[in-house]
Amino acid sequence: MNPLFPHTTSKWLGLALGFCLFAASFVASIAFGQTRIAFGTVVDAFFHYDQHSTEHLIITTTRLSRAVIAAVIGASLAIAGALMQALTRNPLASPSIFGINAGAVFFVVMAITFFSMHSLSQYMWIAFIGAGVSAIMVYMLGSLGRDGLSPIKIVLAGSAITALFVSLTQGLLVVSEQNLQAVLFWLAGSVAGRSLEMLEPVMPFMAAAWGIALLIGRSVNILTSGDDIAKGLGQRTVAVKMLMAVVIVILAGGSVAIGGSIGFIGLIVPHIVRGLVGVDYRWIIPFCAFIGASLLLLSDVAARFIIMPQEVPIGVMTALIGTPFFIYIARRGFNKE
Amino acid sequence: MNKYLSLRNRSGTVSFLLEKKAIATFLVLVCVFIILFLGGLSVGSTMLHPIEVIKHLFGLGSGEYTFIIETLRLPRMIVASLVGAALGVSGLILQGMIRNPLGSPDIIGITGGASFAAVLFINYFSNTFSIKWLPLAAIAGAGVMSLLIYFLAWKRGVTPVRLVLIGIGMAAAASAMTTMMLVLGDNYATSQAYLWLTGSVYGANWQHVYALLPWVLIFIPLALLFSKTANAQELGDSVASGLGVSVQRHRFGLLLISVALAGAAVAFAGAIGFVGLIAPHIARKLVGRSFGSLLPVTALIGGMIVFLADVVARTAFLPLDLPAGIFVSGIGAPFFIYLLYRNRHQ
Amino acid sequence: MYALETKSLTLSYGNDPIIDNLSLQIPQGKITVFVGSNGCGKSTLLRSIARLLKPQKGAVLLDGKEITKLRTKEVARNMAVLPQGPIAPEGLTVMQLVKQGRYPYHNLLQHWSKEDEQMVRKALKDTNLEQLVDRPVDSLSGGQRQRAWVAMTLAQGTDILLLDEPTTYLDMAHQIDILDLLFELNEKEQRTIVMVLHDLNLASRYAHHMVAIHNKTIYDQGKPEDIITSEMVRNVFQMECDISVDMLFGTPICIPHGRGRVIKSGRKAMSLI
Repeated sequence: MNPLFPHTTSKWLGLALGFCLFAASFVASIAFGQTRIAFGTVVDAFFHYDQHSTEHLIITTTRLSRAVIAAVIGASLAIAGALMQALTRNPLASPSIFGINAGAVFFVVMAITFFSMHSLSQYMWIAFIGAGVSAIMVYMLGSLGRDGLSPIKIVLAGSAITALFVSLTQGLLVVSEQNLQAVLFWLAGSVAGRSLEMLEPVMPFMAAAWGIALLIGRSVNILTSGDDIAKGLGQRTVAVKMLMAVVIVILAGGSVAIGGSIGFIGLIVPHIVRGLVGVDYRWIIPFCAFIGASLLLLSDVAARFIIMPQEVPIGVMTALIGTPFFIYIARRGFNKE
Repeated sequence: MNKYLSLRNRSGTVSFLLEKKAIATFLVLVCVFIILFLGGLSVGSTMLHPIEVIKHLFGLGSGEYTFIIETLRLPRMIVASLVGAALGVSGLILQGMIRNPLGSPDIIGITGGASFAAVLFINYFSNTFSIKWLPLAAIAGAGVMSLLIYFLAWKRGVTPVRLVLIGIGMAAAASAMTTMMLVLGDNYATSQAYLWLTGSVYGANWQHVYALLPWVLIFIPLALLFSKTANAQELGDSVASGLGVSVQRHRFGLLLISVALAGAAVAFAGAIGFVGLIAPHIARKLVGRSFGSLLPVTALIGGMIVFLADVVARTAFLPLDLPAGIFVSGIGAPFFIYLLYRNRHQ
Repeated sequence: MYALETKSLTLSYGNDPIIDNLSLQIPQGKITVFVGSNGCGKSTLLRSIARLLKPQKGAVLLDGKEITKLRTKEVARNMAVLPQGPIAPEGLTVMQLVKQGRYPYHNLLQHWSKEDEQMVRKALKDTNLEQLVDRPVDSLSGGQRQRAWVAMTLAQGTDILLLDEPTTYLDMAHQIDILDLLFELNEKEQRTIVMVLHDLNLASRYAHHMVAIHNKTIYDQGKPEDIITSEMVRNVFQMECDISVDMLFGTPICIPHGRGRVIKSGRKAMSLI
């Protein structure tokens, strides 16, 4: 299967196109919504800000933060997904299937129930920790046995850990309707109602993770040809894997912490990107960033319109788009049969 | 050869080979079941003496406890047992079919479909239709989901791996849709729905028993008829085909039975998870690998797990009457993980 | 009439055919072995004869009838199949495995007829597994495990046995073990045996009829001593070799050219033949 952009020149071109797509999606996310705002006004808001214009206000507060958050999460999830697929050599890997979401939810619910935490920013750190714990458990569980990480084992381990956390969560929520309501919208995934201030504490880590992801592209390439071969070439495979894992947890955990349970982006986007640029991770990572951000931005726009005036939680939107794709991959088989 | 008991009538038209160990285990389990059941009937917010309970069941009771025993506890425990048996057998069939000891109706999306339909019903139709149609909605949901999974997995036939992967994907999608409905519903509907999703036999009455009974009484014996082909399919599609098994047709039949049982169980008790996973494993440790021996034992064990979980749920945190689903999952999830650990070399 | 034959068989998994227009007759009561290089289609051919793969074009005939039109159980009463590398479920005992060979003869109420019992006993006896009857199959050694699978196919009581690489992953002693067993069965009971073997020398020792598959069709077929020549090995296996004669059995042996230690006395011994 030949990628769409086989040569380096065409790859740079593709990257430029990706950036344009991202920019367009970003603007669209700001312009479209319950209040329709013209593109001209959007540009104005940034360059000739008018305090008294409601539209400018909407743009710079809710819409902007929403767009930025969606972009950050979309890019992060896509990169995390790509790394996860490389790490487990499983094209069906993605943060949601790995129980990261379920773990984050559980820890948040515990915090609400036992420590009465109620602020969104508090949720963030706890969700982060929960995501990490879950990821570690799934990795360990899926690696048991002689043949190490195999596709079906990881998927089942992910199901097991997800089920564990989901049932524990149920135990806590079924007895408290109040807590259920509190957690619910967050459970479904959302990029709305969050301010840019929330992003601030986490942003340095996410940015650092992006940086690392871009830099380890070559090491990942070597790793994907097989542990034994990589070791034979002198690579410190354990160190590389750990680094990848840390990046994945920061990106996926951070995304869950801010936006709740948003699935499938980490699954679909790497596949699309591989179809565009092939299997070189030095290219896959930046492409994932742009395409992931664009996809989530566009999903968010769609989520605003489908059942106007209510909004579809974005986690549901991505599941709706992602499932047909997942099925297509499962039918095609991932052994390249 | 002396581990087996061979039954043959004179003309040879009827002949069976039974495993002695399986028969013995089954009888022992029946006794254990009865004892625990009586215990369950005695225990609760009002503690009854077991002798009283036994007297009542034989019609010699004082009539003082009729309400508690006959209206509250007995139907609830019967429903719990039937649900557990149905889920256990459903899981047994699926594990054999996908040739993976980690299969169960929840993992491949059957309960997901039922949950989606149930929550849909609670949100949008519970005002128009009486709540007694909820089980039907759930079964329909399970059925539609399974058909969908089957057709999506079909590519010149259905292989176990494809079935599992598509099932997992569809389960995730159903879960997202269900969450959406939880979000969009009003508060009361949401808590109702969430309760259903956790799994509970609270408020089960005799009507439920009569509604559930035919499903169990038809499909479990039907599964028994499929035991030889189930055994053969575990050897692999090629071997099974060489032995004369019509693999695709029988696979469909087994899937149908599994879905019917899981759908019916979930319809009446909500999305109780893990029974379909654990019960076959415990049974396998007791009687080995033959489907014909495993089936009755699994049914008994499944029934016991659920009614015991319910007894604990309504007694352990008095005066709270918690949903049984929590306790089934509470034991089930760690067990599942232990299983993954045990099965790591496969 | 030949019990088993193929007519203009074309097989493929996708768009490219793996076997093209192959017509073959399997001699009854003899051991036939398919040989060829990796990926030449010999396993694919066997699988389609075993009714595990539907032909794109052409047909496989069993007793003159098209195999895909017959009922699966009926085929199973005439032909037993042992695919490559079968895996027994964890904990399944030898007895439980072998008795499943009787599946084609069961109906609703009959699960253990007198004949079933006799056939299973005989199969266990023939494969020397009577002491291991209640042991789990996965706890046996490679050779014993393969014998258990063979026992299952024997219990099926068919005239025809198809085996896909029954000796792969076995050590030498166990390979000979299985092949000897099959040879004896053929001698005593005239069962028709069709095998895929990748070891050319073993194939030439045990096969009455050898079929060399190359380039999507039959390169040559006949008695091993008639068809094994340096030229055949060069074309079918892309290997240069000398053909010599097995010192015990007189069947042809292929000795590949290439590198290795040369021992002077070896050459002398060879020249005595």
